[in-house]
Amino acid sequence: MIEVSHISKSFRVDGMTIVQAIHDVSLTVDQGAFITLIGPSGCGKSTLLNLICGLMEPDTGTIVLEGDPSAKRLGRVGYMLQRDLLLPWRTLLGNLLLGPEVSGQPLERARAQARELLPLFGLDGFEDAYPSALSVGMRQRAALLRTVLCQQELILLDEPFGALDALTRRTMRSWLLEVWSRLNHTIIFVTHDIDEAIYLADEVHVMSPRPGTIVQTTRIELPRPRREEMVNDRLFGEYRTTLLQALGV
Amino acid sequence: MLESHLDKSLEQRIRARRTMARVLPPLVLVLTLLVIWQLGVRVGNVDKWLLPAPSDIASAGWDARSLLWPHVLQTATETLLGFALALAVGFGLGMLIDASPLINNALYPLLVASQTVPTVAIAPLLVIWLGYGLLPKVLVVALVCFFPIVVSTADGLRATDGELVNLLSTMGASRQAILFKVRLPDALPSLFSGVRIAVTYSVVGAILGEWVGASAGLGIFMLRATNSFRTDWVFVSILITALLSLALFASVSLLERRLLGWYYRAAHQEKWEEVDTKGKTS
Repeated sequence: MIEVSHISKSFRVDGMTIVQAIHDVSLTVDQGAFITLIGPSGCGKSTLLNLICGLMEPDTGTIVLEGDPSAKRLGRVGYMLQRDLLLPWRTLLGNLLLGPEVSGQPLERARAQARELLPLFGLDGFEDAYPSALSVGMRQRAALLRTVLCQQELILLDEPFGALDALTRRTMRSWLLEVWSRLNHTIIFVTHDIDEAIYLADEVHVMSPRPGTIVQTTRIELPRPRREEMVNDRLFGEYRTTLLQALGV
Repeated sequence: MLESHLDKSLEQRIRARRTMARVLPPLVLVLTLLVIWQLGVRVGNVDKWLLPAPSDIASAGWDARSLLWPHVLQTATETLLGFALALAVGFGLGMLIDASPLINNALYPLLVASQTVPTVAIAPLLVIWLGYGLLPKVLVVALVCFFPIVVSTADGLRATDGELVNLLSTMGASRQAILFKVRLPDALPSLFSGVRIAVTYSVVGAILGEWVGASAGLGIFMLRATNSFRTDWVFVSILITALLSLALFASVSLLERRLLGWYYRAAHQEKWEEVDTKGKTS
């Protein structure tokens, strides 16, 4: 699906100093896989996502999307951030149709698909509500639905539950897995939370502090569908220990 | 959560009391001042050319209504045309400033400098160049009004959320699509605060333009009234000027409420108060 090989990226800070954000990162994600990226703050996770979705180009190395090295990536990768970024002047449905509008998809079809998916996203009956009337969890689900409706196979999620309270987060991660199992996206998920990283993923990649690079990759062999009780399994505990070691905490 | 509503009559009483609490104090204050003014003039036997009583002003205004009307119309026309011009030019310049750093750097100091030149100095020049017609007054109004509109447009556009722009880019949006779908709507609240400031200056701008040279308008009416010691008419024209400004301001506010409902909804905070079941409320 996507193949990132040996990319590095530096930034000029205040015009004078050069800071290397990520260094020699390689990452391959198969179609339909769910991988998580975990690492300390400022390790370049967001830079990596910005590079993958095409907002930036790497200084060195290549990013190959769907086997096509020359392809423009902007407009071909779904991206969702920690902030929901819903437009306050549009209704929920208006927000959901933003992607299709921008990319020139037929709006009737997009509208029908949006309505069809509303129940799965727990937003049934709210299509005419403005974002200010929705709860934080609903807004986050709406943001994900908007991303889904952009019709890209690869979706990047940058700490999408970072702003939620611990209880909502727990329900959201199980819900996310349900959405993923039904819609068959390829997902790269960035988080700070070790349990979340293990619970969701086929593969957890641990990044080092700046300059960020991938220091460890762990395959998670827990069976799917995942259940909340699994966090108490012995195997889950072993993954946790491995990851904590790799993170150096 | 257990929710219950106050019964209708109690709710209405609370609402009515709140409205009164807001409207009554300024009303009482204004009425008191008017009464003091009226009594002071009558008791002190002040000459009418020095300070007419409110009742004198009201009756003078009513008697002169047919005389006044063309002047009001003239000033209103100048104001609206000038304001429209300021809106178009200000908005255009704001967009240009946003579009290119080069234009911003070139234009901004000039714009600020233009505001340091007193309008009273420019107005006579405009009359010399353009004559006594409508155009110089319209230009004076536009000159007075356009600056806040430029600044609020440019600032509003500059304040766009960078993450939002990035999000749209990842959707494959063009610069133009980002401008129209996200940045302009996002800049509207800022633009409107500039427009509100501009519209309050606009009528005064028209009066100023008329003072320099005109054959009709409230400014001219004011000048003539002053020169012939018709102080009551001076007050009448001041009152009408204020009412014109207020009407324009109210229209802009109304339009803003209409267009920016989402903005006020998003800013609205639920207000939690202690419940006093007897219906006494602050």
